[in-house]
Amino acid sequence: MDLLLDGFQTALTPENLLFALIGVLLGTAVGVLPGIGPAMALALLLPVTYSVGVDSAIIMFAGIYYGGMYGGSTTSILLNTPGESSSVITAIEGNKMAKSGRAAQALATAAIGSFVAGTIGTVLLWVLVPRVADIVVTLGAPSYFAVMVLAFFAVTMVLGSSKLRGFISLFLGLGIALVGTATGQARLTFGNAQLADGIDVVVVAVGIFAIGEALWVAAHLRRKPLEIIPVGQPWMSRDDWKRSWKPWLRGTAFGFPFGAVPAGGAEVPTFLSYATEQKLSKHPEEFGKGAIEGVAGPEAANNASAAGTMLPLLTLGLPTTATATIMLLALQSYGIQPGPQLLTNEPALVWGLLASLVIANALLLVINLPMAPLWAKLLQIPRPQLYAGILFFATLGAYTANFAPFDLALLVALGLLGLAMRRFGLPVLPLIVGVILGPALELQLTTALQISDGDVSTLWGEPVAVAVYAVIGLMLVAMAVGAVRGRRTPAAPATPTENDETEELVNR
Amino acid sequence: MTTTDTNPTGETRASATVVDKAQYGLAGFLVIAGGYVLYDASTLDKAFADQPVQPYALPYLVGAALLLLGVLLAVATARGDKPEAEEGEDVDLSQGTDLRTIGLLVAVLVANLLLIDWLGWAITGALLFAGTTYVLGSRTWVRNLAIGAALSFGSWYGFYVGLGLPIPAGILDGVL
Repeated sequence: MDLLLDGFQTALTPENLLFALIGVLLGTAVGVLPGIGPAMALALLLPVTYSVGVDSAIIMFAGIYYGGMYGGSTTSILLNTPGESSSVITAIEGNKMAKSGRAAQALATAAIGSFVAGTIGTVLLWVLVPRVADIVVTLGAPSYFAVMVLAFFAVTMVLGSSKLRGFISLFLGLGIALVGTATGQARLTFGNAQLADGIDVVVVAVGIFAIGEALWVAAHLRRKPLEIIPVGQPWMSRDDWKRSWKPWLRGTAFGFPFGAVPAGGAEVPTFLSYATEQKLSKHPEEFGKGAIEGVAGPEAANNASAAGTMLPLLTLGLPTTATATIMLLALQSYGIQPGPQLLTNEPALVWGLLASLVIANALLLVINLPMAPLWAKLLQIPRPQLYAGILFFATLGAYTANFAPFDLALLVALGLLGLAMRRFGLPVLPLIVGVILGPALELQLTTALQISDGDVSTLWGEPVAVAVYAVIGLMLVAMAVGAVRGRRTPAAPATPTENDETEELVNR
Repeated sequence: MTTTDTNPTGETRASATVVDKAQYGLAGFLVIAGGYVLYDASTLDKAFADQPVQPYALPYLVGAALLLLGVLLAVATARGDKPEAEEGEDVDLSQGTDLRTIGLLVAVLVANLLLIDWLGWAITGALLFAGTTYVLGSRTWVRNLAIGAALSFGSWYGFYVGLGLPIPAGILDGVL
C-alpha cells in the first residue's frame, strides 16, 4: 500500500502528469487516425527515450496504449472499418447503432465501458503484480526459458488464422535477432562492420510497423473517401445505462484473464463477450442490428485485456501484444531488463506506472466524452499528408538512432519486408517478439546450461518448466486435432455468420 | 490492374487467380534466407570449449526452421493455400497492388538516405514530405513543401533544443 502511494506521488508530479496527458491525447489521436495504431505510434516515439526520464516516458507510453483503445473504438463506430482485429465486433455492432442514429450512445457506452474495464483491470494489477512477481522471482533459468518458449508458441499460434505464417514470421524475427556479434564473432553480418552491433531494434520496429504499413496502404489506397457518420455529444439514457453496466462487468471478466496469460490476446475475449451478451440479452433480436450490449461488452473486454497485458509484461518481461512489445523495447533502451527482477530492482518505476494507469483512464474519459465530435474531425485529414507524415516521422525515428544513412537503408529494406508480410498475410507480432526475445532466449538457455554444467536435463528439472512444456504440448495437440478436423470438414459455408466465427474462435 | 508482384529479393513474378504464384517467391526467399543462415552458422568457430550454447547453435536451428518453413509454404501454395492480406481503414483490397506508387515512394526514401549526409535532415526531410505527398496524389505541392519544411526544421530544433540530440545539420551547418 505504501508502495502504491509512492507510485501516486511519482505519477502525480506536474511533469509526469503532463506526460500522461500528452500520452492520452496522442494515443486517442493515433487511435482515431486510420492507418496508424498505438504500436506504430510508440515505435515512432522511441527516440524520446534517448533523453526523457524513464518514468515519464513509460507513463506517456502507457497513456498512448490506453488512449489508442479509446480512439480505436471511435473509428470503428463511425467508419465501420476496424483498425485492429480486436475491434471487429465494435465495428459491426457499433456502426449499426450509429447508422440508426444512436452514434452518441454507442460512443458513450464504449468510452464509459472502457473506463470501467480499464479501472477494474488496473486495480487487479495492483493486487496481482506484486504477488505474481513474488512467485516469478523464485523461477530459475530453466523455467524462465520454458516460459519464453511458451510465449513464442502463444503469439504464433493464437493470433491469425494460419499457424504456418505465424511460424514463418517468428523465425524471420529470430533470424533478424541473430545479426550482430556473438562471443566475439561476427554473426550474419555479411562482412559489414555497421552490422557488427546488430540491427537496432528501433529500426526494425519502425520499418516493420510504420514504413511497411504506409507502403501497404499506399499500394491499396481507397479511391473514394469513407462515409463518416456525423456525431454529436455522446450521452446515454437511463435505459442505456441499465443495459450497459452488466455487459461492462462481464466483458471485463472475459478480457482481463485473456490479456494476462501469455497466450491470450484481445480478439477471443471480445468474441466471447459478444456471444455471451447475445445469449443473455432481453433483446436478442437487436443483435446484428445495433444492440448496445454488443458494443458495451466487447469494448470493455478489449480494454480489460489491454490492462491484463501489463501483468506478464511487468512480472515476466513477456509482451503479448505489439504495443506491449514496443513498451518492452523502450524499457530495454534505458538499460532496464524487464523480467522477474523488475519489481525488485525498480519498484518506484513499476508502481509509478501502475498508479498512472488509473490517472490515464480518468483523463481519457474526460477528453473522450465531451470531445468526441472533435476527435471525429481527425477522420477527415487528407490521406496523402497523413501517410507522408508517417513516412517522415518513421525516417526521423530511425535516423536518430545512430544518425547513420545506413540505418535508413535498413529501414527501407525492412519496410519492404513489412510490405511483403502484409501482402502474404504474415502476422507482424511474432516477428517483433522474435527480434526482441531472441537474444534473451539464447541468454537464458546459456545461463541454465552453465549452472548445470552442460547437462541438458536441467531444462525440465523444475516443476514450473515441466508444467509449461505440458501446456505447449497441449497446444500442439490441439493444433494437430484442429488441422485433422478441418480437413475432414472441408469447404466451409460460403457465408459464415457471426455465430460461426465466434464458435470457431472459441473452439480454437 | 498490375499482375506482377515484387518481394524483398527483388524477383518479379506473375500472379494467377487459382494458385497465388507470388507466394512461391516468398517460399523461395525463406529457403534462400534459411540456407544462408545455415551457411553462416557453419563459418562460426567454437567460442570457449566449455560454453554450453555455442554461437552457431541458435543459427543452425533458425536456419533449418526457415528452410523447412519455406518448403512447407511452397507445398501449401501448390495446394491452393492463399494468404489473407491485411485489411485496414484506408485499405481497399478490391483493387490490385499499385506497384508504381510503392516504387516511387521507395525512390523518395532512397533519395533521402543518399542526400541526408550532404544536405542535412532539415532540407531532405522537407523534400521527403513534399515528395511522398506528391506520389500519394496531392497536387498542392507549394503547401506541402511549406508543411514539410515546417516539420523538418521544427523537428531539427525540437530534437536539438528539446531532447538535446543534435541531428547532423549537413550543408546548413552553422546556419541552423
